[in-house]
Amino acid sequence: MAQSHGVLIIGGGHAAVQAAQSLRQGGYGEPIRIISNEPVAPYQRPPLSKSYLLGELEADRLPLKPDAFYAENNIELTLDTLVSAIEPDKGRVRIERRGARSEHIAFSKLILATGARAITPNLPNDERALNGWFTLRTRADSDALGKWMERPRNAVVVGGGYIGLEVAAALSKSGGSVTVLEAAPRLLSRVSGEEVAAFYAREHAERGVEMRFSTSAFGLFGDVRVDGVRAGGGAARAERIDANLVVFGMGVRPNVELAQSAGIPCEDGVMTDEAGRTAHPDVYAIGDCARAWNRIFRRPLRLESVQNAIDGAKACAAAILDQPAPAAHAPWNWSDQYDIKLQTAGISAGADATVMRGDPDSGSFAVFYLRAGELVACDAINAPPEFLAARQMITRRAKPTPEMLRDTSTPMKTLAAAV
Amino acid sequence: MAKITYIQPDGVEKSVDVDNGLSVMEGAVRNMVVGIDADCGGACACATCHVYVDPAWTDKTGTADGMEESMLDFASDVEATSRLSCQIKVTDALDGLVVRIPRTQG
Repeated sequence: MAQSHGVLIIGGGHAAVQAAQSLRQGGYGEPIRIISNEPVAPYQRPPLSKSYLLGELEADRLPLKPDAFYAENNIELTLDTLVSAIEPDKGRVRIERRGARSEHIAFSKLILATGARAITPNLPNDERALNGWFTLRTRADSDALGKWMERPRNAVVVGGGYIGLEVAAALSKSGGSVTVLEAAPRLLSRVSGEEVAAFYAREHAERGVEMRFSTSAFGLFGDVRVDGVRAGGGAARAERIDANLVVFGMGVRPNVELAQSAGIPCEDGVMTDEAGRTAHPDVYAIGDCARAWNRIFRRPLRLESVQNAIDGAKACAAAILDQPAPAAHAPWNWSDQYDIKLQTAGISAGADATVMRGDPDSGSFAVFYLRAGELVACDAINAPPEFLAARQMITRRAKPTPEMLRDTSTPMKTLAAAV
Repeated sequence: MAKITYIQPDGVEKSVDVDNGLSVMEGAVRNMVVGIDADCGGACACATCHVYVDPAWTDKTGTADGMEESMLDFASDVEATSRLSCQIKVTDALDGLVVRIPRTQG
């Protein structure tokens, strides 16, 4: 038998680290190598728009694992290295390092955990060259934004999704004016219902954050530094909004180019089965870059969350080890803004009914989303029992009635046990 | 700084020094203690850092607040001294703390 070159993992996020860990835990004895284009060891991304950005969480608390983890588990971590091409049929990738010639690295199995990159408006070069605009994806992004936040500012956040709102909360907490521009007529239009959107709009407004809906950003003003955003309902009717700090939180685009160039099918994500298997027998894709078959929702889903990265990595490791697949769980995620904790389970897109439990004015409530009677999602605001019960019910495709969900006199645990 | 002993699900005990200000969960992750997943990184969002505090220590660690308590309510194998270790902050007063880790998280 030919010598195994082991598993090569491209990417330095949650999915990459979890895949390596699960492979070792599952008894994988061949080499494991992680190649990341970032200069630092894999770290937690969620705090980048929250506690880390505000300086409440120190940099030494960000790493996902201590350095000793990689050595002790015999996982080779190669940083600051770009993979410029993959050649699955030859079992190798090409890498580029600053100041060095490209070289090839061999693999037996390849895991793409390449993540996603932030979208910005299509900016001309002179606008792109301005200082004072940011996206938020990496630690370097958060560091740069944090540094710019030290000066007096009026900030514009483009995009009223969770990242945009978390950044707006951080900007508002640390002083200065904040305006959120959202292209849709309401917040959170891709991910949550109107009730949740209205709640967040009000909470932000109460803290002085201005919201402009049906407003897109088309460009930036400024000389060396940004001093305004060109924005409005359409490019022709765009006006100037003063801003000396601009954050684009408009969503992400999956990093699929390596797979695509190798002829692996991609549709807004590398297409995979639920264990991350792509169309090529030696190539897997997990995390934000993958569109994986979801057993619970019976369709391929591309999700951007820690849970999806971790569960996808575990399933992928089991597949490589030829071990039984771990149980599928409902997707979940969370968002912290001010003192408000949102926990979300399932996928609300495609729901045909929503049910409100509790009173938003109390600061603690949940919205349940149903499709053909089946619970498909829940947004729980300061309401962990609702979230956790929903997670269980969504996983087993339960059908609680709207009356049951609405009835706050029955605890969620009792409800979940009854359906 | 506090010396904390983690009793892993496999019975192995790991005693490690953890800096003040970190959480008991972070102490486990930094020292590669087995059995604490801490998927959310300490945001009290996932309930995968469940531990049993040694009964001798519950006065010093305090008790779970409302949010943590309702998260724990849905964890498996919950006992009277169950806590989410991301919510226990390390101080000198916890020097000697012993926590046991359940067989499964979540």
